Amino acid sequence: MRLAVLETEKCVGCQLCMFACSRRQNEAGLAKSCIGVRSIGGMERGFSVIVCRACEDPPCAKVCPTGALTPRDGGGVHVDLEKCIGCGHCREACVIGAVFWDDEINKPMICIHCGFCVNFCPHGVLGMERKKEIEHASK
Amino acid sequence: MQANDPLSNVLYIDLSKRTFEVKRRDDIFERYLGGTGAAIKLLHEECPEDCDPYSPENPIIFAVGPLTALFPLASKTVAMFKSPHTGNLGESHCGGRSAVAIRMAGYGAIVIKDASDIPIYLSIYGKHVHFRDATTLWGMGSFSSGRVIRENETGEGLRTIMRIGKAGERLVSYASVVSETYRHFGRLGLGAVFGSKKLKAVVVSGKSSLPVVDMKLYRKTYNEIYNSAVKSPVMKKYHDLGTSENVLPLNEFGGLPTRNLKEARFEKAEEISGESLAEHYLGRRLACSNCPVGCIHIAALREPYEDEAYFYKTSMISYDYEPIYALGTMLGMNSAKDYLRLMDRVEAWGIDAMSTGVVLAWATEAQEKGIISKKETLDLNLEWGDVQSYIAALRNIIEQPNEFYAALARGIEHAISIYGGEDFALAFGGNEMPGYHTGPGAHIGTLIGTRHSHLDNAGYSFDQKLLAKEEKSPEDLVDILVEEEIWRQILSSLVICFFARGIYSPELVSRLLNIAGFEVSEEDLDRIGREIYVEKYRFKMREGFKLDDIRIPKRIFETPSPIKQLDEAYIRKALAHVKEILAQEGVFQN
Repeated sequence: MRLAVLETEKCVGCQLCMFACSRRQNEAGLAKSCIGVRSIGGMERGFSVIVCRACEDPPCAKVCPTGALTPRDGGGVHVDLEKCIGCGHCREACVIGAVFWDDEINKPMICIHCGFCVNFCPHGVLGMERKKEIEHASK
Repeated sequence: MQANDPLSNVLYIDLSKRTFEVKRRDDIFERYLGGTGAAIKLLHEECPEDCDPYSPENPIIFAVGPLTALFPLASKTVAMFKSPHTGNLGESHCGGRSAVAIRMAGYGAIVIKDASDIPIYLSIYGKHVHFRDATTLWGMGSFSSGRVIRENETGEGLRTIMRIGKAGERLVSYASVVSETYRHFGRLGLGAVFGSKKLKAVVVSGKSSLPVVDMKLYRKTYNEIYNSAVKSPVMKKYHDLGTSENVLPLNEFGGLPTRNLKEARFEKAEEISGESLAEHYLGRRLACSNCPVGCIHIAALREPYEDEAYFYKTSMISYDYEPIYALGTMLGMNSAKDYLRLMDRVEAWGIDAMSTGVVLAWATEAQEKGIISKKETLDLNLEWGDVQSYIAALRNIIEQPNEFYAALARGIEHAISIYGGEDFALAFGGNEMPGYHTGPGAHIGTLIGTRHSHLDNAGYSFDQKLLAKEEKSPEDLVDILVEEEIWRQILSSLVICFFARGIYSPELVSRLLNIAGFEVSEEDLDRIGREIYVEKYRFKMREGFKLDDIRIPKRIFETPSPIKQLDEAYIRKALAHVKEILAQEGVFQN
C-alpha cells in the first residue's frame, strides 16, 4: 500500500498531515515532517501537497552513490541512514521536492508510506492505494 | 516549562540600528504562559508612559503560546502595541500561518522597536534576521506586496507574510495588518504602527522540534482533541457556514445593526446571509495551520471587464459575519455582490473592515442630517447601499485629500470632536462597534472589555443565552462578563482560537499544559487569568482610560434591542461596579 494524493483541489491548507507525520516519528513540531503543504502562488489559488509519489523506478535511488536508497515494493524508497553520506543528490533528483532534509544529521527524510497522515486529513485529500491509479481527480 | 523549549526565546529587533538579539525570558513565560499574558508584560516593559503611538518608542509585540504547533487550534498570534486609534491598549489577534511560523522559527515572542528611515521589510528565518529594502513595495496593496515577497523569499509552506496596504502607510488609525491574504490583525490600528515605522512587512519561517513531557500521552491527547474538533457540535457552525451563519438568527432576534443602527433588522438579510453567499459565491475554503475546522470562507466574484465584452476577471474575497455586518447591513448594501466589491478594496488597502463600515455609516447619516455637506465629502453623495460612493469615500479616507477625510481616517471618536453628531456615533471606548445590538451584555461588554472588542467577554452571547431568559442586575451581569474575560485571558495566552472555546475547558487546558511541561492546575489558571486581566487594566489606567468618562452613544437606547433592560442608568451602574472590582485589585483610574 502506498500514500496517494487523491484530490489536491480539496486541500484547505490546514497542514494537519505535516504535524501527523512528526507525531508518527515520536516528534512534536515540524522538523521531521516528510510531507509539505504550500500554496500555489497565494492561498486564493489553492495548495499543492508535496510528498513522495512512490515512483516505481525512483530517480532518487538511481542517483544515490552509496546505495543508501533502495526501491521499495509497491513504489517509493527505503533509506539506509548508515550508508547515506548526505550528498544531497537524491534531493536534487526529485522533481517535486519530496525529499525533505534533516538538518540535524544532514540526511534525507522521505515518506515511508505508512499512511498515518491519512487519518488526520479531514477533507479526503490523502488516501491509501494498492497501485498507482490514473483516475485521481488531482490534475 | 521544559529547559529546551524555544518558547521563552524573545527576539528583539531594532529597526533603526538594524540589529537584533535573542533573550531567554523564562521569567515571563513561566508566569504568564505566552500570548496575551507574555505580551502585556512585554508591553509594560517596552512602551514608555504617554508615548505617541506613532513615535519610534511605541513597540510592536507578537506573542504565541506553549500549545502552538503542539495541539490543534492553538494557532493565533497576539499583537500588542499602543493603539493609535484609541491612544490606549492595542491588542489584536490573527490566525493563518502566523503563530505556527513564529513558534517554528524558535520564538515565543518578537519585539520590534524603533523605526526605519526608509521602507523596509523583515525576513526572519529561524535564527537569521534580514532587513530588506521595501522601497519598491511602498504604495502596493496587500495582495501585490504579498505576491512579491512570496516570490522573493523561501520557506514556502512554513511561513507567514504579514504586510500592510496603503492604509497603514498613510497612517489611518484603524489600518490592519494582513497575513496569508485573508487573515488580519484587524482592530486598533497595528497597520498604522507598522506604517509609522516604515515597516511594510514581516516574513517569518522555520521548522523545529518541540519538547513534550510524555510522548505517548501527547499523541493520545492530540487524538482526543482532533476527534472532538471534527465531531463536536460546538464546532459545527464554523465548519459549515462559518461565522456568517449568524446573519439570519441575529436578524430574526432583532439585534442586527442596520443603517448605522437606525434599525436592528435588515430587510435584505437573506440576500447577504451565509446561506446565500455559500450558494452563490463560495469558491474555496481555507484553514489556519493545525486547524481541523477550516472556518475561512472565500467567495469567487466573477465580473466582466467594464469596457470589453467576453472578458472576465475573478476575484477571491473572504467573508465573515463581522465584515458582512459592518460593510453590509450597516451600509444598507443591496446585494452580496456589493458587499464583496467593498470588501475587496478593504482587503487590498489593508484597513479594519469593522471600523471602516461604522465610520462610513456615521458619515452617511451625518450627510443625511446635514451635519456635513458635499463640501466635506468632495461632491460624494453618501447614500445607503451606494457601493460606488462608498468605495470612492474609502479611497479618500486613505488618501486624505481634505480635513474631513483626514478626520474620518482617525475614526469616529475623533470625527465627532470636530463635526458633532455624537448621538449616532457608534464607538465604544474609542473603537467602532461590533455587529450586535442584542442588549446590555453586548454594549456593556464592549465598553468594559480591555480592548473594546466583542470577543473580550462575549456579552452578545450572554444576551442571547442568558438575559433573554432572566433579568440580571448590572452588577451580576458585570460579574459574569469579567469572569468570562478572565478565562479568555488564559485562552489567548495559549493563543487558542476562541471558536474552540467549547472544547478547551480548564480541565483540558491544565492537562495539555502538563504535557507541554507546565505544572499548572485549574486553580492556577484562574489566578493567572485574573493577573493578566488586571495587568491590562493597569496599562489602560496608566494611559489615562477612565470608566467615568466613557461616552455612551444615545443611538443604542433609541433603537429597541431584543433585551429591553437597556438604559443609561443600568450601564452607568455596571461601569461603577467594574471600578469596584478593579479597586479590589489595586487598580484605580487617574
